[in-house]
Amino acid sequence: MKSIMSRMKGEGFTGGLMSLPYIVYFSFFIAFPIGFSFILIFHKWNIITPMEWVGLRNFIRLFSDAQFFKAILNTLTFLVIHIPLQIIVALLLAVGLNQKIRFRGFFRSLYFMPVIVSGVVITIMWRQLYGYETGLLNMMLLQFGLDKIPWINHPTYAMPSIAIMATWKNVGLYVVLFLVGLQNIPGFLYEAANIDGAGPVQKFWYITLPALNNTMVLVMILSTIGGFSLFIEPFVMTGGGPMNSTLSAMLYIYNQAFYFGHMGYSATLGFFFACIVLLVILIQKKVVERD
Amino acid sequence: MRGIKNLPLYLALTVGGMIFAYPFVWMFFATFKPEMEITGIGLWSADMSIDNYRLVMTKIPIARALLNSLFVSICVTASVLFWGSIVGYALARLKFLGRELILAVILFTMVIPFQITLIPMYILMVKFGWVDTYLSLIVPGMINSFGILLFRQFFRDVPQDLIDAARLDGCNEFQILFRIMWPLSKPVLITVGILAFMGSWNDVLWPLLVIRLETLMTMPQIVTLFAIGGQAEAQIGVQLAAATLLAAPIIILYSFFQKYFIESMASSGLKN
Repeated sequence: MKSIMSRMKGEGFTGGLMSLPYIVYFSFFIAFPIGFSFILIFHKWNIITPMEWVGLRNFIRLFSDAQFFKAILNTLTFLVIHIPLQIIVALLLAVGLNQKIRFRGFFRSLYFMPVIVSGVVITIMWRQLYGYETGLLNMMLLQFGLDKIPWINHPTYAMPSIAIMATWKNVGLYVVLFLVGLQNIPGFLYEAANIDGAGPVQKFWYITLPALNNTMVLVMILSTIGGFSLFIEPFVMTGGGPMNSTLSAMLYIYNQAFYFGHMGYSATLGFFFACIVLLVILIQKKVVERD
Repeated sequence: MRGIKNLPLYLALTVGGMIFAYPFVWMFFATFKPEMEITGIGLWSADMSIDNYRLVMTKIPIARALLNSLFVSICVTASVLFWGSIVGYALARLKFLGRELILAVILFTMVIPFQITLIPMYILMVKFGWVDTYLSLIVPGMINSFGILLFRQFFRDVPQDLIDAARLDGCNEFQILFRIMWPLSKPVLITVGILAFMGSWNDVLWPLLVIRLETLMTMPQIVTLFAIGGQAEAQIGVQLAAATLLAAPIIILYSFFQKYFIESMASSGLKN
């Protein structure tokens, strides 16, 4: 009896000891930064001179900061193109790969390749593909007798072009997720539909799509989180231009903090932006999820 | 018969495959072409040379950056595996006060967008004096909440008999973890390892904030700054060569361990 008691005590001690690394990590790198951001948002600070209390002035400035809202709008534009495009392309490729075919693994690996490569590589590469005078895509258009497109040189085209590139980069991951989802749909559902005389389109619409609901929510949330962190692509591709049309919210926050040194204000922007991210994800979950 | 019916499907999948693979192949060949011929859509050129690579080597310390990246990513990965398995084991197999609370905190913190903590984290690095040191690249990545959860999930399914037997043999919990659990945990070690390594290797934003010294820069960071700065002098060949050097290590790793890469990255989808 006593030995069990002491062992239980020992287990409690060891358990506490073993979770200590997380507690230390949590205190320094999660709790402190969050706590500190609550202080920062009420201050003006450039790290070098002492902090200056400004009350709600950071927020007042934020709400009259047209460029920040332009950056949020740009990010939303990116998401509105990127997410549907990604879901459609991923779903098509996944359905194709889910047929009885050979080389499935090979195709899957090909589609997945851009996922593992750094976004910097992808962006440098696509900057060349998108070039106006000498870019590969425009050369191809000319060969087909079509007009050149100012992919990244015109405010209307630039953000959609970046969204297409991001889709190309990430879609392989979502193909794999959809493939897992497709393989989890029990075969008897399709057999029953065959007996009822359903065609392929009906089967896709009434069986496949509803069964993929969980995957759909997942894909949406993952690509929303990814889309809101859009930074390196415009940073390398366009530097936010032309005419701020690809200035993403993260790029704007980065510039405020590290180009202008406005620490308090950029912390406020980060805080406000994070709230928008959470809000959008909550709304998505509510709208798309069915149980 | 089936072959013919599937022909359009194969055609579509192959065209898809080309769309994903050709740009990489094109980029690779373009790095050997003279600047004037890069804009061609074909792959071959009469005067292929390694001049672009030579130029990259002389303009930026990219070999040093490769070593920096390797060092940082290996430290981060080893640490995520080590600490993550310890905490994951405690949460999975030990009863102690506050266990449920810690679990709840981990789940909750995974929902917090990084945009909130980015600026305060940078300031913390400044105050610790870690800017322009390896510490700022390694220490904040040493523990990974998602890694802890994956370890916990895996350790929960290990039979209790194994643990009891080891305890009877006089093993303490650390010995059980590293001598009994680790050898059983190859799948989860590979998954967490790949996720941690890829996350650290491909990160650019954080190194851009905390590293200004060229000798300490990571590879993606130095290539980014090279591509947007004046050093490349708008020469496409050298930029593509720098990008190719950055892509090469990961693509080589990927070609050997595709299956593991794909499965690990897909499991990050289990997040919620």
